[in-house]
This record gives sequence, C-alpha cells and structure tokens, in this order.
Amino acid sequence: MDILVMTALALLFGLGLGYAAIRFRVEGDPMVDKIDAVLPQTQCGQCGHPGCRPYASALAEGSAEINQCPPGGEAGMRALADLLGRDPMPLAGMEGDTTEPPPMVAVVDESTCIGCTKCIQACPVDAIIGAPKHKHTVLEDYCTGCELCLPPICPVPDCLTLREIKPTISRWKWKPPSAQEKEQAA
Amino acid sequence: MRRLWSFPGGIRLPGFKQMSNSETIRGLPVPERVYLPLRQHIGAEARPVVAVGERVDKGQLLAEATSFVSAPVHASTSGVVIDIGKHTVPHPSGIAEECIVIEADGEDHWHSALAPLADIDNATPTQLRAAIREAGIVGLGGAVFPSAAKLKPPRSIDTLIINGVECEPYITCDDLLMRSSAEAVLRGCLLLRRILCAGQCILVVEDNKPEAMQQLRLARDILIDAGESGAEGIELVGIPTVFPAGGEKQLIKVLTGREVPTGGLPYELGVVCLNVGTAAAVHDAILLGRPLVSRIVTVTGNGIKRPGNYLVPLGTPTHALLDAAGRTDDEAELIMGGPMMGQRLPTSQAMVVKGTNCILVNKPEPQTAQMPCIRCGSCANACPMKLLPQQLYWHAHGKTFDKLERYQLDSCIECGCCNLVCPSHIPLVSYFRYAKTEIADQAYKRQRAEESRLRSEVRQERLERMKRETAERNARRKAARSKPKKSVSVKATADPAAEDAPQSQQVSNG
Repeated sequence: MDILVMTALALLFGLGLGYAAIRFRVEGDPMVDKIDAVLPQTQCGQCGHPGCRPYASALAEGSAEINQCPPGGEAGMRALADLLGRDPMPLAGMEGDTTEPPPMVAVVDESTCIGCTKCIQACPVDAIIGAPKHKHTVLEDYCTGCELCLPPICPVPDCLTLREIKPTISRWKWKPPSAQEKEQAA
Repeated sequence: MRRLWSFPGGIRLPGFKQMSNSETIRGLPVPERVYLPLRQHIGAEARPVVAVGERVDKGQLLAEATSFVSAPVHASTSGVVIDIGKHTVPHPSGIAEECIVIEADGEDHWHSALAPLADIDNATPTQLRAAIREAGIVGLGGAVFPSAAKLKPPRSIDTLIINGVECEPYITCDDLLMRSSAEAVLRGCLLLRRILCAGQCILVVEDNKPEAMQQLRLARDILIDAGESGAEGIELVGIPTVFPAGGEKQLIKVLTGREVPTGGLPYELGVVCLNVGTAAAVHDAILLGRPLVSRIVTVTGNGIKRPGNYLVPLGTPTHALLDAAGRTDDEAELIMGGPMMGQRLPTSQAMVVKGTNCILVNKPEPQTAQMPCIRCGSCANACPMKLLPQQLYWHAHGKTFDKLERYQLDSCIECGCCNLVCPSHIPLVSYFRYAKTEIADQAYKRQRAEESRLRSEVRQERLERMKRETAERNARRKAARSKPKKSVSVKATADPAAEDAPQSQQVSNG
C-alpha cells in the first residue's frame, strides 16, 4: 500500500513538474538581460568582449570581473556590484581615478573621406551613414563614442576623430562639493 | 481678516533690505550692446526671426516661441543686429548659449507697430492669454516659466495668488515695484483674474514692507473710486516674515492651509501663483502694448558703492550694471539672486535676463571648515519641505542615488535653510544640487543606453540575416553548378538551406 501511494505521488509531482517545465519555460538567462540593462551599451569592446551583451553573459557566468567597463564609470561598476552581490572594486585601467571621462562623439572630416565604408561596417550602433565612394557622416545623436571606427579602421589619417561633446545648460552637472572646494583652494 | 496658517520649518533672517530700498528706481544709460539669449525661460529655445545686419526697434520681435512652453524674445533697445551666436549666459557653469546681439544706436525708440490690445473690455481670456504670450512674459519671481502656459491650467482655478512676499534677504526689486507702480500691479491682477475666472485674488506682501502695502491700499482705493470693477475683490494680505514664505508651496500653505502634493503642481488645488513683477508686466503688455524688454534689478551688497534698484534693459551685461552702481571691490564674488538661493556668477560678462532679480556683491566671508555630521537634526527642523536633509546628505555623500529618490530629493527647493542652521557647516545644498544633476544625468544615460542597445540588436539581426542569405545564395549557386552531375553531391553540401535551393532556383529561372 505504502509503495503504491508513494509511486502515485511521485507520478503526480513528476507530471506537475514536467508540465511546469514546458509552461513556464524561460528562454535564455534572465540574469543576462538584467546585467545588460545596467551596461552603458556603447558596444566598445573595452571589456575584451565583442559588445555589451557578451560581457553581460560572461558576468552572469561569473567568468568576468565587474570593473572591466570604463564607459559605465564608477556608477556602472556600483550598479553591477549591487546586482551581482559582489564587492565594489576600482575600475580597471583607471588607477583609482574616479573622474569621469568627458562624453565623446566621432566626427568624419568630409573633405578627406574617401568613401571606403570601413567605418560603417565597424560601427556597432549604425551611427555612420554613407555609401561606397560617397562621403560618410556620423549621426551624432546615435554615436556612443566607442572608438571602433577610429584609425587603423579608417585608412585616412585625421579623417575620423573624436570630439568632446560640450555640455549644454540642461545637461551640465554640479561637481561634488569636495571637488568644488579643491577648485576654490587652487 | 484672513486666517493664516504657518508652514513647517523656515527661519527668521535679518533682511538687509534697507541697504537698497531707500531710494526710487534708477534708470540706466542705454548700454553699447545688448546680448539677448534665445532661452531666458523654462522650455524650448526661441527661434530667431531677424537676420544679422537688420535694423530693429525697441520692442520688435527678435525670436518667436517654438512650442507651448516657450517664450518669444524682443529687442530691448533700438539698433542693429550684429551677431547671432554663442555668448556666456548667467549660469554657474559659465556656458555660452545662442544669443542675439544688438549694437545700440542710443536712440532707444519704440517700434511703431506696438499698440495696446484693442477693445480690452470685451477681450476674451484666449485673446488676453495670446497677448501675454506674444509679449514674452515669463514668471519674474525667478522660475521664468512662460506665464501664458501657466494661465491655461487643465482645471478650473478658484484662487489666484499674487506673490509680493520677496522673502530673501537683500532683494528689494518687488518692494520698489509695488511702491512705484502699485496701480499697474493691481491692474495686472485684475487682468490675470479675468483670464483664470478665479473666485478670489489675494495679493500677499511680507510685513517687513509696510510702504509697499500702503501704496497698494492707496492704489486700490483709487481704482475703486475710478469705478474699476473687481478692484474691491483684490484682497491685500500681510504675512509674517519667515524665510522661505515666498516659495510657491509655502505661500499656498500659509494662505490656504493646504499642501501641494509631492510632485504635484498648485493648479491641482485650484491655485495659481504669480509674481507681482509678472502682474505688472501683464499690465504693460495688454494696456500699454509693451512687450517684456526690461526689468527691475536690485544691485546690492557690501561690495557696492550705491546699492539700489535699477530699471535694466534685458541683455545688458552685468559689468555695465556694476559700473553704474559702483563696485568697490573687484575681488568680491558675484551672486545672481539672493544670499540663500542665489548662484555664483562666474563672469561679469553675463547679461541681465528675464529671471535676474538681484546681483549681490558681497566680500566672501571667511570659510568655516566643514565638520562631520553629528546628526543633531537641526536641518530637519528647519526644512520647509519636511525632508530629512541629514539622510539626503548621507546618501549624496555616499553616492547611493537610488536612496535619494526614496527620500524625495526632487522635492528639495534648495532654499538653503539647512545650510544655515548646520552646526557642522556642511554645505548641504551643494550636495543636493550635485546629486540632482547626477541623477538626471544617469537617467539620460540610461535612456541613451536603451536606444543604443536597440540599435545594436537590430544591427546584429541584420548581420545574421545577411550572413544567412549569403550562405543560401552560395549554396544555390553551388547546387546549380553541380546539378548536371549526380544528385548525391547536392546532399553532400550538408547545408540544410541547400535542400530547397534547387526549387527556388527553378522558380527564378522560370
């Protein structure tokens, strides 16, 4: 009798689990999506992965450190540390320098562009438009400043360069008070 | 007598108002050049309608409003447009923005087409509102929100509050305006009340301005004697001097006892609040046909020889104003606004704009070193918004910005009360300003990142599709080439796409 009951229960739960596995099946790793949402999506590859999503997968697997994303800055690293339950660490390659690099955009010098389309193929966010043997140009609103189109991808010296985006009043930021004091002292 | 409430927190401050309010408003010689920024208001930048080299008269339209929340810009003197380009605007960053520069001819004559609104007595609220919009009027209390937009609230309004409180120390421009042009202010109130169809209209003055109150009473009696309908309905109310009673939300609390909900706007309570300067500007626009081209600016502080109030054409460089008032100390810091909420002006090149109410030149006080927070709670007692500045400071200092949103940092009005009472001399407001811009920047970056992610995903998909299509095409070609031979070789390609390739090849051949 006992054996029968146990077998029946096992079958019942087995069926339930089997159904749940089909009904509530999750495609891909949901953690990757969450991490990907925190990353700055510059697709620059500075982390050593070919884009933000591959880095997110590596982080989810635990095979990458959280400090490999310079464009995300200090805030990005902290968000990753929170999300993954790891300890914050200084950003790689910044030597503890927490000042944010200014936002940059790529600019094509249209007088020297030879229309080779190499930068168009390199751009991870389709922010460069043009056609073979026609001048190319960068859509500044979409450029993430990832540097992937810069020489040696661009074969012409000084044709593709990075330019700092000048802050406007609506995007200007106050410095932290400690930095303001330092400035006044200097 | 109206019942008054009190708002939480706030401080009684020494006024320093007698420095600048003892004389009448002074004029200013026409400056050589005026620099008129296209954005002197909250909202979209105005679009220029004049070209470089064009002659313009005072009051002529230079740039038109581009959206509902936007305001046009008018020439503040007659002359020639010599440049449309970037010039330093009054902002702590010292950033340059698009300005129209006029080289003055010194004649300062008004544009001939300017005229008062025709048939004012029968004008509809819509017509009056349009006239206010065309005159480029924005909130002159400092928030510079386009007034025409504020006068079109999504629900009916029962209370119109005209704010003559001017609670910040040193500033006296509204005081002098009420003393010298009380009738214009009251006529402006009547027009505003007509536009909003508001049941009651309250003109509030802090009780440290008895002369202004007296002038307003006299002017109201004159209006009543002249048979101006509705003049007796304007209620003149004096309120106790507590900083920041002039803040919109605090003032509504004092007068009605009701609180504007967090993240909400006064119209949700059926209240609209406008500055006395705005009311006077509305009077000038509708009854005199004059757009907003000048404003009263207080120039004061212990670094000024002749402190006082000046009627300044908009766009006048600050140094011209300082020259007129006599600057005794070139080292002294320039503050735009008052000592509590004002912001440092990095250069005297910056011009007077619609929102400039005061230029304060004070010798910097010796700085007291910042000490650690002892969690005494004085700041929380002083906060008029019932926030917890010590918690906000803690999280701003630690850069845990998500917590700041939970402690409602966006409700902070940056009044500076917590700064002043802090026994450890912590520059709390500086931390809050820093955190606010940082949070806004992070939100902007998140939005940008989302756009980039979508673009990169679409690109990845496209690349994969192209790869697949190329593979299919190659397989098809291969299949077509090997077709005359045995059919076995087709299977040997091992590409699943190759199996339907021969069929599609036939279709395209057929």
